[in-house]
Amino acid sequence: MVKVQTVAVAIASTLASSIPALAQNSELAGVREEMKQLQRNYEERMQALEKRLTEAETRAAKAEKSAGQAEQSANKAEKSATQAEETAVAAGRRTGENAFNPAISLIMQGTWARTSQDPNNFFISGFMPSGGEVGPPKRSFGLGETELSISANIDPYFRGIVIASLSPENTVAVEEAYFQTLALAQGFTLKGGRFLSGIGYQNEIHQHAWDFQDAPLPYKAFLGGRYVQDGVQLRWVAPTPFFLEVGGELASGASFPGNDLNKNGAGSTALFAHVGGDIGESYAWRTGLSYLRTSANNRSFQDPNSLGIPVTNSFTGRAKVWVVDGVLKWAPNGNSTQQNVKLQAEYFRSEQDGTLTYDDLASAAPVFGGLTDSFSSRQSGWYAQAVYQFMPRWRMGYRYDALRYGSVNNAIVNNGLGPSAADFSLLGPYNPSRNTAMIDFSPSEFSRLRLQIAQDKSRMGATDNQVFIQYIHSLGPHGAHRF
Amino acid sequence: MKYIPAIIAVSLWLAAQPALAALNILACEPEWAALAKELGGDKVSVYAATTALQDPHRVEARPSLIARARSADLMVCTGAELEVGWVPLLQSQAGNPKIQPNQKGYFEAAMAVPLIDVPTRVDRSLGDVHPAGNPHLHLNPANIAKVASALTERMAQLDAPEAAYYRDRAKSFLERWQTATVRWEQEGAPLKGLPLVVYHKDLSYLVRWLGMREVGALEPKPGLPPTTAHLSELLSQLAKDPAKVVVRSAYNDPRAAAFIAERARIPVVLLPYTVGGTERAKDLFGLYDDTLSRLLAVTK
Ligand SMILES: [Zn+2]
Repeated sequence: MVKVQTVAVAIASTLASSIPALAQNSELAGVREEMKQLQRNYEERMQALEKRLTEAETRAAKAEKSAGQAEQSANKAEKSATQAEETAVAAGRRTGENAFNPAISLIMQGTWARTSQDPNNFFISGFMPSGGEVGPPKRSFGLGETELSISANIDPYFRGIVIASLSPENTVAVEEAYFQTLALAQGFTLKGGRFLSGIGYQNEIHQHAWDFQDAPLPYKAFLGGRYVQDGVQLRWVAPTPFFLEVGGELASGASFPGNDLNKNGAGSTALFAHVGGDIGESYAWRTGLSYLRTSANNRSFQDPNSLGIPVTNSFTGRAKVWVVDGVLKWAPNGNSTQQNVKLQAEYFRSEQDGTLTYDDLASAAPVFGGLTDSFSSRQSGWYAQAVYQFMPRWRMGYRYDALRYGSVNNAIVNNGLGPSAADFSLLGPYNPSRNTAMIDFSPSEFSRLRLQIAQDKSRMGATDNQVFIQYIHSLGPHGAHRF
Repeated sequence: MKYIPAIIAVSLWLAAQPALAALNILACEPEWAALAKELGGDKVSVYAATTALQDPHRVEARPSLIARARSADLMVCTGAELEVGWVPLLQSQAGNPKIQPNQKGYFEAAMAVPLIDVPTRVDRSLGDVHPAGNPHLHLNPANIAKVASALTERMAQLDAPEAAYYRDRAKSFLERWQTATVRWEQEGAPLKGLPLVVYHKDLSYLVRWLGMREVGALEPKPGLPPTTAHLSELLSQLAKDPAKVVVRSAYNDPRAAAFIAERARIPVVLLPYTVGGTERAKDLFGLYDDTLSRLLAVTK
């Protein structure tokens, strides 16, 4: 096969080199036409050869490598035949992800922070603490989370992704580690392992791709910043011309608002549905409805009593969260390079039903001892944000987020078991809110610098004025970001 | 999870519906949508994920595209990592095994042609370089012919009963295409050696094919927007090695090109770049016709 080509190449190049020797213009044109004909024939032959190679490739995976080499030499031959300029076939273009090495990428982040309140005693008044890392970054210079992500196809059926998070405190956490099916038909995808839950809109977006440095208040208050599942997820995309997706998750439910239940069966159930599409060429949208049900068993938190002495409270019972989300993006003619706008809003409703235990026995001066009575809460929160890229590289954004205390029925207080409302200082009625503005500059698609200012009224009677400067850098392959 | 049985029931019902006769093709770029229509005629239904006014490097995996990818029998993309920011998401979110990488239902044009500008060194300090080589390969008619042959075979594989139909159409297309190529090469002869300034390396195949000379680019580095510093540097470079024209694609910002054109006293030529980029670029033939006539207007 290669020999035939070499001969053809030799003939073609001999012809080509003899062209300048011909004086007559008409003759020249004739020869040119012949040359073209020859080239065309040659190209057809090449195509036939390439076709055969392609077929060989599909027939046997083992043959792929040698076919690629043959094709490469075929290309080389063709190159000289057509007197083409230095064309080249990238070595390894036909092999994905460094042969069998997984794709590795790294996110580096850091902040400089100035806050008027101490970030170490951050809490959200009126709402049970999640125990998650929801507070502002530490003051002065600080390293953010460093994220290491490794992914590859496992085999023809599964893809595997691991995202490890290296904290500034020198600990390593498995942020996500899941497999996802490649070969389930009919729009189904199954995921298993640890993954960001599909509920809400922002929950599935990695923190480094958020438009603000921190999570909106309802995420902080109701999901501990974001909701991670250890379990399985099944999604189904409908065969419709617009986007319709439904999904469900069964998982351990170990993260807030649940906790480790140490029981058989699934601790949490999540259901979600998303609908989306385009409006003309300039708008794209998605909206969704999600439901999460999980349980807590002695999910404890520290709350100072009326004397300021920390008391251990714990909640046992059921927690439910509903989320309604929507996002609308605008770019002129769908070209986001120059200018674009992203509007995003989510509404959360949280319900907790169970019992609350008040236990000051461990404190220095026990007053009431251990008491348990029923507890239920109906609380809500929302945020809306707009981000505007007004010129290439530059974006500015504004976010308003707020929580509504709603109704909380704490029977320990209501039934007069002893402790008064003042002994649950974190749970006192309060509606937190916050105003946030940011401007960011992205020198390239791989780096971003952000200035964010916020007036945070999460804590009753203490407004926190915050200024953050943040950098987000990404190393490695070009990332693909979710809509 | 009580909805899961219902979901399964609905999807099984949908699966049992008689499949529509047409081969469902999702084309990543308009040039491949146009080519698929040429080859597939009325046996295919083609949806273009992007338009000529959208920068193919910066497309988002919009919900509507996930929906299209869900039902696609074949995705026709450029490959060579041009769509690295969005196609992998469509593949992972659509729940469609047919269009996964290395499956028959995922076709990459870059696999059918040799790429130019393969970087010898891949490092992000050089900008958002295309590590596999220049993926903007559709602006050389020989590449279109090669991709057409490879795509025809892929379509014939996927839709065996219509294989003869596709091959017939391909034969007719390639004949017309070769005649047109000869004509374009004759018409384009005066463009040989034409010095021009480009926006991005997205016209390199055209430049090489017609023997034009790229003397500068508005982007300081691939993927980075033009900066005033770079533009003034380019101007002083143009003072030594003048260009005859600044060309930009339909999806590029006009301002940087206008800036250079005004100061270097050379015209700006808007090129369609792909099908749909201008009124006349209605199909692949129109794309080349219009590109050539717009460039030739400068030499007159
Ligand atoms: Zn490019």
